[in-house]
Amino acid sequence: MPDFLIEIGTEEIPARMIEPAAADLQKRLADLLTRERLPSTQTIECFNTPRRLALIATGIPAAQPDITEQATGPSTAVAFKDGQPTPAAHAFAKKVGVDVSKLEKVSTPKGEYLSANVTKKGRAAAEVLSEFLPKEIAAIYWPKNMYWQKPSERFVRPVRWLVAMLDGEVVPLEFAGIRAGKTSRGHRQLGTESVEIANPDSYSNALYEAKVMAQDARKMLVTEQLKFTARLANGFLRPDDSLLDTVVNLTEWPSVILGEFDPEFLSLPEEVLVTVMRDHQKYFAVEDAKGKLLPNFLAVLNTDGDPQGIIRHGHERVLRARFNDARFFWQTDQKRPLRERVELLRNVTFQKDLGSYYEKTVRVQKLCSGLSEIIRQNGVAARPGIIHKAACLAKTDLTTELVKEFTELQGIVGGLYSRVQSLDPDLPEANRFAIADAVYDQYKPESMEDSVPRSTEGAVLSVGDKADSIAGMFALGLVPSGSKDPFALRRQANGIVKTVAEHKLPIQISSLMKDARAGYAGSAAEKKFSNAEFTKSVEAFFRERVEFYLRDALGFRYDVVNAVLVEGSDDVVDAVARAKAVSDVLPVPEFQAVAAASKRIRNILKQAGEKKLRIAEKFELLPGVAEEEKSLAAYLEQNSPKIEAHRQKKEYKEALLLLSAAREPVDKFFDKVMVMVEDERIRANRLALLQILLKEFSTIADFSEIVTEGK
Amino acid sequence: MTPPKSNSPTYQELILRLQSFWAARGCVLQQPHDVEVGAGTMAPETFLRVLGPKPYKVAYVQPSRRPADGRYGENPNRLFKHMQLQVILKPPPQNVQELYLESLAAIGIDLRQHDIKFEEDNWESPTLGAWGIGWQVMLDGLEITQFTYFQQCGGVDLNPICAELTYGLERIGAFLQDVNSIYDIVWARDPLTGNEVKYGDVRLADELQFSVYNFEEADVEKTWKHFELCEAECKALLDRYAELKNPRPVEENATSTGHPTIHDKQRFPLLGAYDLCLKCSHYFNILDARGAISVTERVGVIARVRALAVGIAKAWVDQQNITENKEEPAPAEKKKKKFAPVS
Repeated sequence: MPDFLIEIGTEEIPARMIEPAAADLQKRLADLLTRERLPSTQTIECFNTPRRLALIATGIPAAQPDITEQATGPSTAVAFKDGQPTPAAHAFAKKVGVDVSKLEKVSTPKGEYLSANVTKKGRAAAEVLSEFLPKEIAAIYWPKNMYWQKPSERFVRPVRWLVAMLDGEVVPLEFAGIRAGKTSRGHRQLGTESVEIANPDSYSNALYEAKVMAQDARKMLVTEQLKFTARLANGFLRPDDSLLDTVVNLTEWPSVILGEFDPEFLSLPEEVLVTVMRDHQKYFAVEDAKGKLLPNFLAVLNTDGDPQGIIRHGHERVLRARFNDARFFWQTDQKRPLRERVELLRNVTFQKDLGSYYEKTVRVQKLCSGLSEIIRQNGVAARPGIIHKAACLAKTDLTTELVKEFTELQGIVGGLYSRVQSLDPDLPEANRFAIADAVYDQYKPESMEDSVPRSTEGAVLSVGDKADSIAGMFALGLVPSGSKDPFALRRQANGIVKTVAEHKLPIQISSLMKDARAGYAGSAAEKKFSNAEFTKSVEAFFRERVEFYLRDALGFRYDVVNAVLVEGSDDVVDAVARAKAVSDVLPVPEFQAVAAASKRIRNILKQAGEKKLRIAEKFELLPGVAEEEKSLAAYLEQNSPKIEAHRQKKEYKEALLLLSAAREPVDKFFDKVMVMVEDERIRANRLALLQILLKEFSTIADFSEIVTEGK
Repeated sequence: MTPPKSNSPTYQELILRLQSFWAARGCVLQQPHDVEVGAGTMAPETFLRVLGPKPYKVAYVQPSRRPADGRYGENPNRLFKHMQLQVILKPPPQNVQELYLESLAAIGIDLRQHDIKFEEDNWESPTLGAWGIGWQVMLDGLEITQFTYFQQCGGVDLNPICAELTYGLERIGAFLQDVNSIYDIVWARDPLTGNEVKYGDVRLADELQFSVYNFEEADVEKTWKHFELCEAECKALLDRYAELKNPRPVEENATSTGHPTIHDKQRFPLLGAYDLCLKCSHYFNILDARGAISVTERVGVIARVRALAVGIAKAWVDQQNITENKEEPAPAEKKKKKFAPVS
């Protein structure tokens, strides 16, 4: 069984796209081999670098197996006339390539038909791959692709060579006008221009000779060298997995060097230094044992080393200029403190239809004031003065040189500047720091893994800012759908949900969004609003976000989440508490039984509804009422007030345990009592009892959503 | 551990070497366009030449003015006006990356001694309705070149496409000479006396005075007027060109009827219209640096400039088609078909 190698040689593929594309091609090749009956006995190996995507499929059949199929022809009635074959029989015989006398007859439910066994010769693997693989290569998904010759031939970057071999033989496939051969290429500077590949098995060695390492080898080497090299500065690598992946995908033969910068720059905030190093230069930071930044950096080169320190000198020079810029921006920015920059926000666009950041600031300030009032009334301490001032300054850093240069530092820079600037003449330092922290944290959490703002004031600002954005976008009709979410509204809504939940903010999402929408009232933006379904679409959107949070972030069972959200998702804190209580009582057998019973009750009531049966307004002790009915009613009468009291205090677990005590009367009721009886009064009375019971069961979660064991 | 820099080229030698390199590979050496532009791409040698089917290879230095980037000559790394060496290869040769790397060797960079990477960086100009796919070329962590495969220009899909190499000359110069400020780059060295003229000697006043002008002195109202005048004239030209549609072939004697002729189209000053569009773009940049463009206006003004650029690109493609067809006469029938009035 031969091995198959395909190498697509390209100009440098963007680092972020290499691994997804390699995985895509790997899957496409595997599917193709399976589909064409040429399955590989082992997993297909990937060998990708910035200049190539290569796959090796070990041990595939040299050819497809032959297949024998039964072909059915005309019915015997048509095929023979007076025992002699008709032209129809001859035509069929010719088509399947056998003599008329060799044709067989088969009986089918429709009658007797002529048939023949036809053997389809399997095609050679090389032929199949030549025909189909180019289509798969063309279909690889790229976030952005291009053409360089014919507009119809697209790939991420120009393809410059192809290697396709079955053992030692070239597979003559063609893509984008290039014919596959045996010649690969080595590292641009260290390797040779052309590398002859003897067979797939020797591919990786041949490339290693030409100074091209496989991805796994590169990653291992870089990881080790980073750690080791940091020790040369008596420091430790500050790990950064996403940066590691980036540099591994930017190199074919990596090495690591240690560089230095002037310790004077350490007077700049660490956030700024690390951002410059990571995002702009792709350098790793080095820290001491306590995690404090050292004046060193680690750069990953795409060459075998730097014996004379020429490269290090270059990198240090660039970093010095970058840090000088950052320091210059920092100093320049101080000439105009944040409080004087609010006006400048009139010239910064928030969104083309929603106006400027100045208008946003005014709206968010108002929204946050309202929010802080609401949460204070509900017993959560928040300092409105801090929130007001933080909301006022929140976006001013967008006008600073530092943020214009390092946009990823928005918010953080505002926080850092607020710390060192005089925000108001009489403001105590502690208040200034509180404002600074709120501004610093305003974009948090940036993902489900990220932490929420540290203070309540920061939480309110973060929630208000995001609610304002979502309200505006939804009102414009820019509702996320499928994979389309250009303004990352899902992420922002996730941020609201997580922040509200973790800070236990007594905020109803619907009224938050209503207030946020009201902030646009009378604005120029409002004239462009087109979403008539605003309230509905916002509600559905947030319900999904709360569901995502409960299930994916907190790990609640999907049926628990469904059960809880049926009874409302508007109060996130409450939904979390209810989900927790339901999860806690889930193992209790009585609860399981009650959950199963409530499903039954729901069905009975549904039936009654469908048959338009009358349900009494309340349950009465009519003459002839069964004992079991009475005890169920007694249970309700006794426990309802207690359950209600627990519920009021949000002691959901206690309420649920009390509800679980309904098991006995409920079970007995269903054992002995027939609901759908002929007597209309009794039936209506019993339906009333069940309705009251279901209502009781359903206020915390809809138990009928719970998947119970054995059901 | 400073590497030896004594034999590093002066700034003007750097330019000369790059120009010789590309001239030896068949490029026309053009001179800079003499209307203010924000980037070498905006010069007609790129913007207009990349349109249409005709192959072209050109290299030129283009001073690029970005008023908002001015720093009064105080920042060692930033300039109001920097110089780009622009190379256009249409269509791009197969070995365009290798050629580019050879050009670095030609200016004295031993690639075996350095770390070079091609990192994803796609270029886009909303003002020109143009974009491309490519990289920033990083040399020891320094971005020295923008390498772009143009895909669209003036809203027109390109076929063939071209490769655009934009060398950042000041950065490369400072790197080669190992100086920390652009103003310390040796621009020229007198071979007889050894006297040096630095970048600062040549350009510092320029940076200072234009920063003052762009940030402080430019008269907002008058600049707006300039913008509007240029825009109006450019639009008027485009309108007039549009009226020349369906001209008759030259062979048919058309002058007597008063109908426009191919000749009228060929001689039509679209190049003049394009210069007016460039001026609009520059006036916009000044107004922007002056902080005179409000949020609501900004997007709109960019769209106005783009509308001019796109209009010119379309008209230019049309004009080129006519010229092409005239130069290589096709059978009369086909020609007639092409230019027959469409009802």
